[in-house]
Amino acid sequence: MSKVIVVTSGKGGVGKTTTSAAFAAGLASKGYRTAVIDFDVGLRNLDLIMGVERRVVYDFVNVINGEATLRQALIKDKRVDNLFILPASQTRDKEALTKEGVESVINELKEDGFEYIVCDSPAGIEKGAFMALYFADEAIIVTNPEVSSVRDSDRILGILQSKSQAAINGETVKEHLIITRYSPERVNNGDMISLEDIVNILSVPLLGVIPESKAVLQASNSGVPVIMDVKSKAGQAYMDMVERYLGEDVPHRFLDVKKKGFFKKLFG
Amino acid sequence: MMGFFDFFRRNRKKNTANLARDRLQILIAHEHARRRGAPDYLPRMRDEIIEVIRKYVSVDDNGVNVNLEKGDDYDVLELNIALPDRK
Repeated sequence: MSKVIVVTSGKGGVGKTTTSAAFAAGLASKGYRTAVIDFDVGLRNLDLIMGVERRVVYDFVNVINGEATLRQALIKDKRVDNLFILPASQTRDKEALTKEGVESVINELKEDGFEYIVCDSPAGIEKGAFMALYFADEAIIVTNPEVSSVRDSDRILGILQSKSQAAINGETVKEHLIITRYSPERVNNGDMISLEDIVNILSVPLLGVIPESKAVLQASNSGVPVIMDVKSKAGQAYMDMVERYLGEDVPHRFLDVKKKGFFKKLFG
Repeated sequence: MMGFFDFFRRNRKKNTANLARDRLQILIAHEHARRRGAPDYLPRMRDEIIEVIRKYVSVDDNGVNVNLEKGDDYDVLELNIALPDRK
């Protein structure tokens, strides 16, 4: 059985592509045959985050238009077995993604034995975002602890619950919440909305909390999914998230404030 | 009198995270109510109203306007029926 999982948020810049790359790489590293599709037509970036930008020959839209086969367009990751990337097209034609086209690509991936198909959604609530979520069995909602991001997450949840194929057929899309760029120190100081409050407001089960971390930018600089940086907190938090997703009982980490030492207490 | 800098000093003590939470709770409750309230039954109701009116006068499809407005404590259902011109 294969599962289609959309990574979405409404708001831009909250970590959808970072999360898609990490999640897909994590699933693949656990031995699952995984494909990750970039739905951001015109603003392709997943290839860059995953470090395969120089290996793009054909893209998602080429496959939909029959200009290339799926096999030709899929880029096999060289670091992780079982991981394949389908890059977005750089065309400016927003109508390039059709429901039928997207469905046929997803079906072909399923027939090809892919167990997880991760759809990296573009920001916004336009066509690309709609296409990314339409065929989803499950959704990962990426939220920053910040008012506009939480509100946009709620909007996209509303769309999932009313406009997705599952919703139209009277089924539910299983929802998971990922909070990224979380800073326990700032929550403790009363500067940042807490994860409990976010979970409460969105009422979506929490799958993971990724701490604010320098490792995320460093990973994107080098084109390596941050989950492969096993020494970083962000990488470890993403791996926890993947294991939790696969049903393991993994406690949340990195949520406590570091105790200040004596000198720090004195001098701030 | 409270000076400019006092204002910021006072604000620094304030817990803005709780403010964010409270604003979001109110906003999202509103948006949910709006999502649930209007669209569902309005088109059907409009069609039925047109049918009833047509029993008595001839109006065209665009002659009936149904609008639901959400107020704080109450909602207003507005019905606007344009009767045909008298010749």
